Order: sequence, then C-alpha cells, then structure tokens
Amino acid sequence: MHAVLIKPGTDRNGMEISTKFQIKGIREGLLVTLGDAPWEQVYAALIEHLDEQRDFLKGARLALDVGNHMLKAADLGQIRNQISERDLTLWAVISNSPTTERTAQTLGLETRLSKPKPEPAAQDTRYQDGDPAILVHRTLRSGYSLQNPGHVVILGDVNPGAEIISGGDVIVWGRLRGMVHAGAGGNESAVICALDLAPTQLRIAGVIAITPQRRGKSQPEMVRILNGQVVAEPWNPKKKD
Amino acid sequence: MDYSGNGKQFSGKVVTVTSGKGGVGKTTLTANLAAALAADGQKVVCIDGDIGLRNLDVVLGLENRIVYDLVDVVEGRCRLRQAMIRDKRLPELYLIPAAQTRDKNAVSPSDMIRLTNELRPEMDWILIDSPAGIERGFRNAIAPADIVLVVTNPEVSAVRDADRIIGLIEAEEKGPARLVINRIKPAMVKRGEMLSMEDVLELLAIELIGLIPDDEGVVTSSNRGNPIAIEGKSKAAQSFRNIAQRLQGHKVPFLELQEDGNLFGRLARLLRPGGN
Repeated sequence: MHAVLIKPGTDRNGMEISTKFQIKGIREGLLVTLGDAPWEQVYAALIEHLDEQRDFLKGARLALDVGNHMLKAADLGQIRNQISERDLTLWAVISNSPTTERTAQTLGLETRLSKPKPEPAAQDTRYQDGDPAILVHRTLRSGYSLQNPGHVVILGDVNPGAEIISGGDVIVWGRLRGMVHAGAGGNESAVICALDLAPTQLRIAGVIAITPQRRGKSQPEMVRILNGQVVAEPWNPKKKD
Repeated sequence: MDYSGNGKQFSGKVVTVTSGKGGVGKTTLTANLAAALAADGQKVVCIDGDIGLRNLDVVLGLENRIVYDLVDVVEGRCRLRQAMIRDKRLPELYLIPAAQTRDKNAVSPSDMIRLTNELRPEMDWILIDSPAGIERGFRNAIAPADIVLVVTNPEVSAVRDADRIIGLIEAEEKGPARLVINRIKPAMVKRGEMLSMEDVLELLAIELIGLIPDDEGVVTSSNRGNPIAIEGKSKAAQSFRNIAQRLQGHKVPFLELQEDGNLFGRLARLLRPGGN
C-alpha cells in the first residue's frame, strides 16, 4: 500500500491544516482524517480544500475518518451531499463514536475500511455468561444490513430485503422475513429465534436453508443445526403431552 | 392528525410523493392531489422532479405551455416566476416542469431546498413528484420535504421497494412517511389474489393516508391531461380528494371500497391457504 501525504500547510489564520484534516491515498481511494478542531471549522476547511483541488480529486472515492466528532444524520447527510456535488463519492465514515457509526450505517455508508471478516471459530463463544451482543430496538427495513461479530437481538421486525450477519445467535422479537446468517464465523451451535419465523433465507455457519411456506398460525420458533440440517422447532415452554 | 402545521400559515408545506418502484402512480397522485388542494382554494405549486423523463406536465395537461423549466431556474436562465405555469382551470395551481433534455445531476439537493424556500412564503403547498429509484433524483426530491407520501400498489414487488424507500426516508430523518395504497382491486383482494390493505400495513407499519381503488377513469383522465380529482364522481376521484382533506388536517373516514360492505381482506384472509 502506498500512502501519499498531501502537504500539511497553514491556512490564512495560521492554523495548521493538519489539525483540521489530512488526506492520504489508500487502496480503497482517499482517506480523509479529520482533526479535533471544532466541527464547523473542520467542515468549512474541508469543503474549501475540495473546491480548490476539484480538478485533481475529480471522481475520487472518499473515506472520512471523523475521529471523535459526534455527527447527526443531518450533518453526515449534508457532507455527503456536498461531496457528491463535487463529483466525489463518500463511501465510508469511520468514527470513534458508536452513535455516529450507527448513523453512518443507516445512511448506507461503510464504517470499516475493509469488510470485517467474521472471527474464526477457534474460540467457542457460546453460552458463556456475558457474551457480547448488540440490541437493536427498531424494525430493519429492506436494504439495511446489520453486521456484528457477537450476538444480535432485534426488538422489531426484520423485513424482506434486510439482512443480519452475526457471529453468534440472532434473536428477533418480532417478525423475521429477511435474511439472517447466524454463526457467520463457522459457529455451528448458533441459533436463530423469532416470534414469527417467515424468512427469505436462513444461514447458520456454512449451512443454508430456505423455509417452506408456513401453513396455519405463526408461533415463536427456534432454528438450529441438528445432524447437519437446519431445523426449526416451535418454542413451547409448556409442552402439553 | 393535523399535517398543515398549526400557526405556520405563512409558510407552505413541502410534500414529496415517492415510491421507489416506477409506475405505481406517483405522478397521477401528485397531479390529482394538487388539483384537489387547489380546488379547495389552496395555493399549490407542483414541481416535477423527474428530470429527463418528465410527465407531470402531460398528466396536468400543461405540456404545450412549457417555456422554462426547473433546470433553467436552477442555472439562472430565468426567474422562478417565469417557470411557473398557471393552470387555466384552477387559478391557484402552478407547475414547475422538469427539463427533458438534461438528467438528474443538473439539480442538487441544496438547489431544491433553496428553490422551495423561495416558494414557501407565497404558497400553501409545494408538491414534489419524485422520480423512481433511490439515486440522485430521489435525494433531490426528498431533501426539502416536510411530509413524505410513499405510494405503493398492493403487489409484493412494489411493497418491497416502498419498504426500502421508507428506510431511506427514516435515515434522512424526513419521516415519518405516510402511505398511499393505489390501484386496489377489491374483487381480487376478496378472492385472496391480491395483497390486502392489512397485509401491506403489517409489513410497512407506517400511517395510512390514502386508499385508491383501481379505476380506468384515472388512466383516461391522465391521458387527456385532465386530473380526475377536479370533477370526477368515481370512488377513485373521491379518494384523491380525501387525501387532500387529510393533508389539510381534516378527519375523513376511508372509503368502503368493497361494494357489499365487507371489510375487504377479512374474508380473503380466512380463505387463503398459507402465509404470504
């Protein structure tokens, strides 16, 4: 990988540009690292720079490392619009703030420079107290992709066209109609639970399953691998027979 | 619910009509909604956001009067007023047509915000007809919106796209979007051959603001450039007028689309063999 550092200089006020941002060439395009100066200043300086270097930068793909800045969807949307108006593409936002990361994800931006590879199944992470998991309290709509190395819990529906890729278990407290990949790192003991299971496709570790059309009433179900096959069983804590 | 924004009478509301999928009736809804609002005495301007594939002018019957268009305004070749075509039937209805010889990139989201801000003081309603898709044209249309109407047909593919669009609207914090289900065929719903209103709402889970039955009269009136909502007597015409009423904050019950009084879908769900 060859890194090209664009001259750190000073702006009119004598403030080093590098405290506002730095631009570096990386394999995926250009990486713009924003400094800790106030957001308005950083933003203005960046836009000014993009305008100055318009011809040079034309068509580039930008990744934005916003560091510690806390950005709302409106801020990110604005900077994305400004960037796209200059014939550039903003494809990723890297942030130290999980909130900002999530905001970037809802705008369809990447939050890692390279796709995170699910952790190899070397260590068995299941069923230990305090496994890392994320809780998402909303409905995932079509086009939304949620990826997490740990477990995933959704309070809401997973609509067709949405996908969840989890290193561990996936629990959907709602209707599951999209695609779920549990145990994506190869963990065959991962399970998928949903109150209403009608997914387009399920994957556990390396096994793919398409669920048949359900007949009759919906009920909570748990899906796991039994003897190499993906099996869905009704969740019935009080078995009558 | 009052969508008109109490106390903000000096500022027009921007309503964007969008869908994701093409051909579900965005342009027809925009034209009829505009006509219905204008017939209620509101000042209305519609903006055709479909640059390069314009047709709101055709549906409104104003095609032959286009001199300047949206791109001319944005690029400063004319004043905003010059691009506003005044309807002859309804004096407070205006259209800003799209350019046909350019593409979506000729306009940016901030252009649309500037333009609508200029229109707000003079107008009660600014309706934007969004193009299909989720790219630049969609983002242009959505950028200035106060209210977003998502149009869908009771078809699986249209509902999927509507779901995607609603997600994008939520991400842009333009929500909550309101849903219009267009081209319902009550007889097919009754036979369980078409998604029912309940099926669609169950998936999309947003507030419903309109139900429009399938009606050949809508096609005829669109072809003639004479929106059915102006004088039409059919249920479809009434449905368009009802949406306009609801936008103005009036409580209007949804029309019974099933002739024999059955709440459509109820029977269908009993008869249907499986899930979806």
